[in-house]
Amino acid sequence: MTVADVLLITIGAVVLGSALLVVTTRHLVRAGLWLIVTLIGVAAAYLVLTAEMVAWVQILLYLGAVVVLLLFAVMLTRAPIGVSDDLNRPRWPGALVGLGAAGALGALLVNAYRWEKVELPEAGTAERIGEQVFQSWVLPFELVGLLLLAALIGAIVLSQPGDDSVSGRKK
Amino acid sequence: MPAWLDLVVRVLIVIIVIFVAPLVIGQTEHKVMAHMQGRLGPMYAGAYHGWAQLVADAAKFIQKEDITPRAADRPVFKIAPVISMLPYMIVVLVIPLGPGGLVAQKLDIGLFFVLAVFGLGVIAVLMASWASANKFALMGGLRAAAQLLGYELPFVLAAASVAMAAGTLSLSGIVEAWRPWWLIWQLPALVVFFLAGLAEIRRTPFDMPIADSELVAGYLVEYTGLRYAFFMLAEYAGIFVISALTTVLFLGGWKGPFGLDTELGWLWTLIKIACVSFVVLWVRIAYPRLREDQLQRLCWLGLVPAALAQLVLTAGVKLAL
Repeated sequence: MTVADVLLITIGAVVLGSALLVVTTRHLVRAGLWLIVTLIGVAAAYLVLTAEMVAWVQILLYLGAVVVLLLFAVMLTRAPIGVSDDLNRPRWPGALVGLGAAGALGALLVNAYRWEKVELPEAGTAERIGEQVFQSWVLPFELVGLLLLAALIGAIVLSQPGDDSVSGRKK
Repeated sequence: MPAWLDLVVRVLIVIIVIFVAPLVIGQTEHKVMAHMQGRLGPMYAGAYHGWAQLVADAAKFIQKEDITPRAADRPVFKIAPVISMLPYMIVVLVIPLGPGGLVAQKLDIGLFFVLAVFGLGVIAVLMASWASANKFALMGGLRAAAQLLGYELPFVLAAASVAMAAGTLSLSGIVEAWRPWWLIWQLPALVVFFLAGLAEIRRTPFDMPIADSELVAGYLVEYTGLRYAFFMLAEYAGIFVISALTTVLFLGGWKGPFGLDTELGWLWTLIKIACVSFVVLWVRIAYPRLREDQLQRLCWLGLVPAALAQLVLTAGVKLAL
């Protein structure tokens, strides 16, 4: 076991534990806070695998924007302190889907690699990712950009107040 | 020096800086604000012009009772002030003070790292505001989140413009590529970055989340004693970090007017940081707080278009050169 192995296993345990807390805690906002721990753990795992660019993108986007937006929405609508007993959480279907997905992915990876050793690729620095994206993957990159632009314009159009013909709402 | 000792020394220096710099800025604010308003400010503690006023304040904070409201979410309420300091401490690690590796931790994508970690400050505010179980605190937290989500965009875009101009994401690399005429070329980005930075650390005139005249004190309302002091320390640490970032990205960091950059680089950096911090204090004293809708208008109709225009300008000049 190398240092990286030990780190990965520890981080994995933290991620798994906090992810379980996200879905089992009955404190609504605390679930969001545990999600922060989970996402930081995932970013740390990326770092150990030398994908530093992806790790910091994860922090910037998921923690800085997505989780903040999520907490913002929860607090804006209803954020009781303490235990919420009326949470609508389908236990068994949720457990089934979660364990099924984890089992299938695990089986797939084990089946694909067995005891094969895979060397770490070159470190995922910003320079290397930039070269890859703008040389090998230019077309998909531009397509994704177009898709996001369309989504952005769509969001602006949908949020225009008072235009019933677009939003389909009647006042 | 062995590697571990080197690491310990560097981390210790960062910790000292991040706890001392806010005190210096805080004391300066006392005196600068007082003199701009035609009064003396603290004069008694420490005998000479009240230099020990913040030490006296600290002694006061330590003696105060640590109150947790009965309805509060205790663990979250208690941990929030500590988390509010963390992002700023981590950011200071990668800010270069002088040339030749005078930095706690070199990082190739330093700029990206700084932007990513800096945005986390709001999580502590959200935790504090929600866990206080107080409607004023909650409203302060909501304002902080809305403010951060908006101002993150011009903040990142302005920084991206400098990264484009320098052709690197490394903070030391940006300072090395910097030339004095960038002061004009990157001027809009400088203004946008500085204003968005002030908004990100929720500093007057962007302190809508605290707004003592409307929300009592926003997310700070339930905090007392040392925990309150921690939030204050984080605010002044934020001023230091924003000033340092503005210096490194836009004002040429360790580059001084007479050469001698290798010997005096650290001094130039510190002088520039002090000047920018002074402007931050000056802005607080000179301008009243914005209203919530004005705040969002300034961001989306002023700063975001300006930052985008700056990106086009940067790309144009870069292609022309």
